[in-house]
Amino acid sequence: MNNPNEMNKSGREACLRPSNSGGKPLFLTCSFLLSCSILLALICLLAPFAKAQVQEEEVPSDDPVIEQRLANLSRELRCLQCQNQTLADSPAGLAADLRREIRLQMKAGKSDKEIIAFLTQRYGDFILYRPRVTFTTYLLWFGPFVLLLGGLYLLFHYIKQRRDLITEKPLSADEHRRAEELLASIPGKETT
Amino acid sequence: MLRYLIPLVIFVVLAVFLAIGLTRDPHELKSVLINKPAPSFRVSQLKASDKTISNEDMRGKVWLLNVWASWCIACRDEHPYLIEYAKSGVVPIYGLNYKDRREDALAWLGELGDPYTASAVDLDGRVGIDYGVYGAPETYVIDQSGMIRLKHVGPLMPDVWSEKILPVVQELNRQGK
Repeated sequence: MNNPNEMNKSGREACLRPSNSGGKPLFLTCSFLLSCSILLALICLLAPFAKAQVQEEEVPSDDPVIEQRLANLSRELRCLQCQNQTLADSPAGLAADLRREIRLQMKAGKSDKEIIAFLTQRYGDFILYRPRVTFTTYLLWFGPFVLLLGGLYLLFHYIKQRRDLITEKPLSADEHRRAEELLASIPGKETT
Repeated sequence: MLRYLIPLVIFVVLAVFLAIGLTRDPHELKSVLINKPAPSFRVSQLKASDKTISNEDMRGKVWLLNVWASWCIACRDEHPYLIEYAKSGVVPIYGLNYKDRREDALAWLGELGDPYTASAVDLDGRVGIDYGVYGAPETYVIDQSGMIRLKHVGPLMPDVWSEKILPVVQELNRQGK
């Protein structure tokens, strides 16, 4: 084992050889080697794709008003790359690009409304977290209220029906006579 | 009977809607630019960096704009097919090299082949914003008058090509004649 190559090999062979002169238990050595090789395989797999996209560093505006406006506006906007994040808190490259674009437009004196129009012309209404009230979103906006009203109607209807069922109404003369007849027809009653 | 039937009907309707919802890809967004003029750009070309390229240069013909980058994993999937499509000569494919280093992009084309008639360089993603790009690869079909007719998000695999892209391209070519 004086040869350094032999030393390197011994680690791998440890898994195969039943008796191990080292102090560590056999399975620990094996699992360590296994995890190493998995890691190595992952690195090899990902290496060809390690190229990153070109991303300019995000420079906050020196105008605090613009930064405040951007903070407010970007909370209302969706990052299209990671759709459940706002433009304000998304780390995606596209989100940074759009924030840069918004800063530029604010600096150029564009209003929030104009900037929103700029973005929706390119990315559609989906970029807005608060959907616009349009014909296609009527159901979204008013559906819950329709459901609520429908539910209330059913509830009152049910309560009214139940109240009608449980309140006692005096018997009509005809019903009285039939009840008497029925009672009279019970055999046990006749004897008493 | 009815009191059991109504919940059942409601359940079935709900289940059908939810099942349809599950099959839809929320990442595939409908572009608002369909049937609108392609946003104009004039940027430098990837290979001939001293020359510029503009969407106006392609006026009068049907062409594809394919958004790609060397860092984009799915672009690697579609690349061999793009080369085939380009060879078939049905429609010229122009590239929009999106937020990519020039040397990476050129190395990629050198390694895998170049299906593009030319590639426009969009280093800061500004052209991408105008086109509503939100994830490479994306492909736009643009007609003779410079209108966007179709947008596909995701790799241009053969089924997408033959079922989605090709019919539109052929129809546009027929109309143009």
